[in-house]
Amino acid sequence: MPELTYADALREALREEMLRDPRVVLMGEEIGVFEGVYKVTRGLLKEFGPERVMDTPISEAAIAGAAIGAALAGLKPVAEIMYMDFLPIALDQIATQAAKMHFMSGGKLKVPMVLRTQYSLGRAHGAQHSQFFPSMLFQVPGLKVVLPSTPRDAKGLLKAAIRDENPVVFIESGVLYRTKGQVPDGEYVIPLGQCDVKKAGDDITIVAVSRVVTEALAAAAKLEEHGVTADVIDPRTIQPLDLATIVNSVKKTGRLIIASDDVKCGGIGSEVAARIVEEAFDSLDAPILRVAAPDMPIPFSPTLEQAYMPNAQKIIEAAKRLIG
Amino acid sequence: MLRTMIELRRFEERVERLFLQEGALIGPSHLYLGEEAVAAGAIGALNDDDLITSTYRGHGHAIAKGVPMKPLMAELFGKATGTCKGLGGSMHVAIYPEKGSVYATAIVGSGVPIATGLGLALQREGKRRVAMTFFGDGATNTGAFHEGINLAYVWKVPVIFVCENNMYAMSTRADQAVAAESVAARAQAYKMRSMAADGNDCVAVYLAAREAIESARNGQGPTLLECITYKLKGHGVYDKGDYRPKEEIDAWLRRDPIDGFEARLLKANLATQSDFDKIEKEVATKVEESVAFAKASPILPFDELAKYVYAR
Repeated sequence: MPELTYADALREALREEMLRDPRVVLMGEEIGVFEGVYKVTRGLLKEFGPERVMDTPISEAAIAGAAIGAALAGLKPVAEIMYMDFLPIALDQIATQAAKMHFMSGGKLKVPMVLRTQYSLGRAHGAQHSQFFPSMLFQVPGLKVVLPSTPRDAKGLLKAAIRDENPVVFIESGVLYRTKGQVPDGEYVIPLGQCDVKKAGDDITIVAVSRVVTEALAAAAKLEEHGVTADVIDPRTIQPLDLATIVNSVKKTGRLIIASDDVKCGGIGSEVAARIVEEAFDSLDAPILRVAAPDMPIPFSPTLEQAYMPNAQKIIEAAKRLIG
Repeated sequence: MLRTMIELRRFEERVERLFLQEGALIGPSHLYLGEEAVAAGAIGALNDDDLITSTYRGHGHAIAKGVPMKPLMAELFGKATGTCKGLGGSMHVAIYPEKGSVYATAIVGSGVPIATGLGLALQREGKRRVAMTFFGDGATNTGAFHEGINLAYVWKVPVIFVCENNMYAMSTRADQAVAAESVAARAQAYKMRSMAADGNDCVAVYLAAREAIESARNGQGPTLLECITYKLKGHGVYDKGDYRPKEEIDAWLRRDPIDGFEARLLKANLATQSDFDKIEKEVATKVEESVAFAKASPILPFDELAKYVYAR
C-alpha cells in the first residue's frame, strides 16, 4: 500500500472521479491557478482545463448556489468553501435551499453536489479562521456530513460523496493535510454512514471525530500501558450516523467518552450522548463524558490555542474519571 | 399570450376566493394578479426545453411554463397529487421539472445564484438552451443577487434575469430601498447587458425577452431584464395593500395588462369579443375542474414522509 498525505489522497479522489465522470466539475476560490490554499487541487487545472476546474470570485453564497443550480441541471459539482468560517455566508443556499429540495419537491429534485470545506483549528488562525461547527449542519435533515480523519478515509469517503445523489458537506481538517497514511492501491469507495473502529478494546469506548481521532489513538495507547483497553470509534459521517456500532461497543465497555473539536454546548458529543442514553442506558456503568472545546471563541496565541484544544491528555483524564 | 394571461388571472382570483371567502386554503400565498404580462411575455418567448426558476409568487410562472392546473391547485390544498405532493405548498408550487420549471424559492434573492448554476450546466451541454429566473425589486437588495449576477457575467452563462419590479417589497417602496436609478441600471455595475420593459404590456415584455434569449443562445451571455409592473392586490393574499396611495392604484388599474392587450387586438382586428368570451369560458371550466380535482385528492400518509428527506 502506498503512503499518501491526506491532501494527496483527497486529490486522487477528485482526479479519479473527474476521469470517471465528465459531469464532475470543481469550483471555488483559488482552486485553479493557485491550486488551492492547501494544494489539494494541485495539477488539476492543467490536466482538466478551466471548464472543469473553475476559479470563482469571493462569493460563497454564489459558489454554493451555482453548485446547486449546476447539480439540478445535470452536472456533479464539487464546490469548495475555503474555510469553514466562511460557510455561514452560504448557509441559506446549503441549509434552506439544497437540503430541502428533494423533500420539498416531493422527491422530484436531486442535488448531487459536494461542498468541501476545512477547519484550521491548531494552526494559529485565530477566532475567525479556525471554527468547527458540524452540529449546525446535522440540525438540517437533507444534508450528509462527512468528517474524514485519515488519508485512506479521506479518499474513499470523498469518492462516495461525489457519487451520492444528495448534497454532502465534506469537512476536512487543516492540520491533517500534511499527515501521511496508508492508502489502498486502486479503486475503493467507503460508503457514507459506517463507523470505523480504529482500535479495539474492552474497557472504554472513545468516539472521536476528525483531527481528534489521532489524539484518541494516542490516549488509547497510553491507557493500554496502564492495563486499560479502549475501543476507538470514528463515525466518519455524523449524518447519517452509524449508531449501532457505537451502541454495540458501549454494551461491551459500559463507558463512553466522545471527543471532538467543536464547542461542548450542543455539539457532536451532546447528540451522541443523548442517543446512547436513549438506546443503551442500561449498559452504562458510568456517566458519559465529553472532551470538547470550551464554550468560547478560539484564542489566537498558539500556546492558548493548544490549551483550548481537545488532546490525548484530556481524553486520558476523562478516562481516569470513568475507570476510577 | 392572451389565453395565458387570462388563465393566470382567473386561477389567482379563484385562489383568492378559496382563501378569503371559502376558508378552504391557509398559509402564505402571494398572488400574481396584475403581473400577468411579465410571465406571459417572458416565458412565452422561451422554448419548451428552456428552464426557469420561480419564487414564492410563482403560480403565474408555473402556468405560463405549461405546468398543468390540476396539480398546481392540488399543491395549494396540500394534496398528494400536487406538483410537490403537498410537501411544498404555494411558495414552491412552481417546482415542476417535467415542464422545465426547475425550482421556486421562498427566500428573497436566493434563486439568482442558482440560476447562474443552471446556466453553467446549459452552457456546458452546448444545446443552446437558456435559463430564465424571476425575482422582485426587493431581491436586488440582497447579497445573493449581487453575487449571483456578478458570477453570471464572469462565466458568461446563458441566463435571463427577469426582475418583476412591482414597485414594492411588501410595503417598502422600491424608490426608498433601491439605491440606484433603476434595477436595470444595477446591471451596468457588472458590465451586464440590461433592458427595461413595460411589464404591463405582454408584447413589450415578449420582444425584450426574445432579444435577451437570442443573445444568450448565441453565447453572448446574460441579460438583466427589468419589467415594471404592479400588484393588483397586496403582498400576500391577506394583505389589502392599502398602504399604497389610492391614486396610484387607480392609475395602474387603468393600465390592466389583460384589458390593454384585448383592446389592442380588437383595434387591430386580430380578435373579436366572442373570441375572448370563448377563452374565458374554457378557462373558467379548467379552473373549476382543478378545484374539484384538488378537493377530491388524497393527502400523503405521514409515515411516507421520511423517504423524501434523502434521494436514494
